[in-house]
Amino acid sequence: MEITLNWYLSLSAVLFVIGVLGVLLRRNAIIIFLSVELMLNAVNLTLVAFSQAFADVDGLVLVFFVMSVAAAEAAVGLAIVIALFRNKTTVDVNEMSLFRG
Amino acid sequence: MEETFVRLILLLPLFGAAVNGMMGLFAPAYRKQEAVIGVLGTLAVAVPFGLAVVLFLGHHHDPVIVETYTWMAAGDLVISFDYRIDALSLLMTLIVTGIGSLIHLYSAGYMHDDPGYWRFFAYLNLFIFAMLNLVLAENLLVLFLGWEGVGLCSYLLIGFWYTDLKNSAAANKAFIVNRVGDFTFLLAMFLLFRAMTTAGVAPFGLDFTTIFENAEVLTSGTVSVIVLLLFLGATGKSAQIPLFVWLPDAMAGPTPVSALIHAATMVTSGLYLLARLSPVVLEAPGVMIVIAFVGAATAIMAATVAITQNDIKKVLAYSTVSQLGYMFVAAGVGAFFVAIFHVMTHAFFKACLFLGSGSVIHSMHHVEHELEHKGVIPGHHGGHGGDASHGHGAHGAHGGAHGAKPYAALPYDGPFDAQDMRTMGGLRKYMPFTAITFLISTLAIAGIPPLAGFFSKDEILFKAFELGYDGHVWAYAVWGIGIITAVLTAVYMTRCYVLTFEGRERWPDAMDTKPHESPWTMTTPLVILAFFAMVAGFFGLPPVLGESWIHHWLGADYGGPVAEYHAELHVSHAVEWGLLGLGTLIAAGGVSFAWLNYRKSGLETDRTVRRRLGAVYTLLSNKYFVDEAYDATIVSPITEASRKGLAPFDQNVVDGTVNGAAKAIRNLSGWWRGMQTGIVQNYALALVLGVVVVVALMIFV
Repeated sequence: MEITLNWYLSLSAVLFVIGVLGVLLRRNAIIIFLSVELMLNAVNLTLVAFSQAFADVDGLVLVFFVMSVAAAEAAVGLAIVIALFRNKTTVDVNEMSLFRG
Repeated sequence: MEETFVRLILLLPLFGAAVNGMMGLFAPAYRKQEAVIGVLGTLAVAVPFGLAVVLFLGHHHDPVIVETYTWMAAGDLVISFDYRIDALSLLMTLIVTGIGSLIHLYSAGYMHDDPGYWRFFAYLNLFIFAMLNLVLAENLLVLFLGWEGVGLCSYLLIGFWYTDLKNSAAANKAFIVNRVGDFTFLLAMFLLFRAMTTAGVAPFGLDFTTIFENAEVLTSGTVSVIVLLLFLGATGKSAQIPLFVWLPDAMAGPTPVSALIHAATMVTSGLYLLARLSPVVLEAPGVMIVIAFVGAATAIMAATVAITQNDIKKVLAYSTVSQLGYMFVAAGVGAFFVAIFHVMTHAFFKACLFLGSGSVIHSMHHVEHELEHKGVIPGHHGGHGGDASHGHGAHGAHGGAHGAKPYAALPYDGPFDAQDMRTMGGLRKYMPFTAITFLISTLAIAGIPPLAGFFSKDEILFKAFELGYDGHVWAYAVWGIGIITAVLTAVYMTRCYVLTFEGRERWPDAMDTKPHESPWTMTTPLVILAFFAMVAGFFGLPPVLGESWIHHWLGADYGGPVAEYHAELHVSHAVEWGLLGLGTLIAAGGVSFAWLNYRKSGLETDRTVRRRLGAVYTLLSNKYFVDEAYDATIVSPITEASRKGLAPFDQNVVDGTVNGAAKAIRNLSGWWRGMQTGIVQNYALALVLGVVVVVALMIFV
């Protein structure tokens, strides 16, 4: 059985939805980060799949960008989470509503 | 050539106002440059005077319309910013710029060392600009622009020493009373426009040429209403019953302002308006009777008040109201050129009298300061360099702060007042130029031949008499009132001169404290004005004596712009001579009566008059209680209604609406603010939902 493009896209959609739900439902900031990474990687998977299917290298280039930006973002994000943890001794995002209007 | 000249005449004063005003405002160092400011301000009026003289010499009766540009065009209404040079506007321009430049020169001396020197000259130049707009305008709207402009400048100048509350109140009063008149003037313009356009005159720009050409389309009823409304507007500017109350209060302004605005120019604009529209005014004979009687009533009312006044400028102010009444009598009997003639002669002698009073006040202020310095009278705290009375800090004739030396007694209760004639007397010795020019002008206004006032006033009375002789019996009544007023004028003006310049010195410590003559910048204009007060009468000789130049210059019969009523029955030469003799007699009688009584016993005569007249004197010295009557009938009800009705309305409805709107927005934003939970996941949810909606739209729509 040949693995077509649809298979990759379906897997990507499932991963993406899991990521979205994770971001929306979980309260642990670290897990939310993981979920964000999951969504990014779902997108990466899509890009790679399209790149393969259409024999075009553009998608692969974009994947590199996404990965590098995600790495940088994760570093910054984790630093913020650690700083918050030092102040609040928790990583529950519900406790961190400092930007309330 | 005319066009360039007219533009220069108009723009130079504006330029002077702009330069002095802007430089003074933005460059504080400039304010100290009194010489520069004074020379610039004076030249900005003197040069236009020269240009006007050139125009005047080259003028040949045909009006020249100087077109600039279309101001506004809407439907039938097309207003152009046009100016008109004809005999009337040229004569007025000469008066405005000629007397204006003399008064600018005088102000350079009078306002010396005033911190608002630059401001004063900027306002004066702006006033001249507005006044020139008024007299040179070719349509009613441009005229109205000048009309409002002089009102504004009058407000600024009356309240020039605005730190004194009394002056600000006087400025407000002048402005508000004038506004009432302006309102009826506006109504007249609306009505004129409506009447003209419904009769098919279009496009119509309220310009005089069109008005005169199409005057016959107006029905007599409409003309009457229009002329009546215009006249009411004129009563505001020209201080006639019922709107005269602002002029005496306007004396709070600096004296050059009183001379320029409240004697020679602005207050005559009502007359100018009637003379300009004389062909239309003549179509409303009923209204002319009203004009004549209002003028006569104003003349005698103001003259009777003037007799009882002790403030030298108040006497002159009521005298001005009275003389303006004479001018309206002339307009009312259809002799518009005589009204303008009296405008001209009055401008000379009344400006001279006002400037003379300013010179007197100027030196009495030095006396006051010297007396304060010596401790003869109590010093006043604060105050300014002006000629308004200083009401505070004084305790009359009784002891003062030092306790050691009692203050000298004044001839009246109250603090020393540099404008009160009761503290003057004998000034002729110290101020010969002021005294002689003041005397000439006094005799001129009293009607002693052959000075200017005699000819113009006599011509007014003669025209009233002639109209009566022609069958309009009411004109005899106007003439009679005019005769009585003439006697009163001679009496109160002579009283004013004698109390000020003759007799013994009445200020305290007169042996050692001497007033002095004013500087040349102030006396030169006095001499020039007095010269014209002597000779200006020859411009309008009565028919029995010779040819009246001003009649030939202005009269429609000779190609001029000013129409007049033509009597069918003319009085004989014998009667004319008789009237001239009568005029001379009453003037001489009044002058000598007042001279003999006041020369000898001065203030004692006042006391005798007061005793004889009793309650009537109280009525007169309180100015017929007109201000009080206005307060009771108009001002208090309005303030009362405002406090009871409008203030709650303002607080509840107006403030409620504004505050309610603010409150509604605050509540709404509170609600929106609730969405800003600060919880990251809510934001993320909103983001996701947004994406879902957008994608759904892209797919399904």
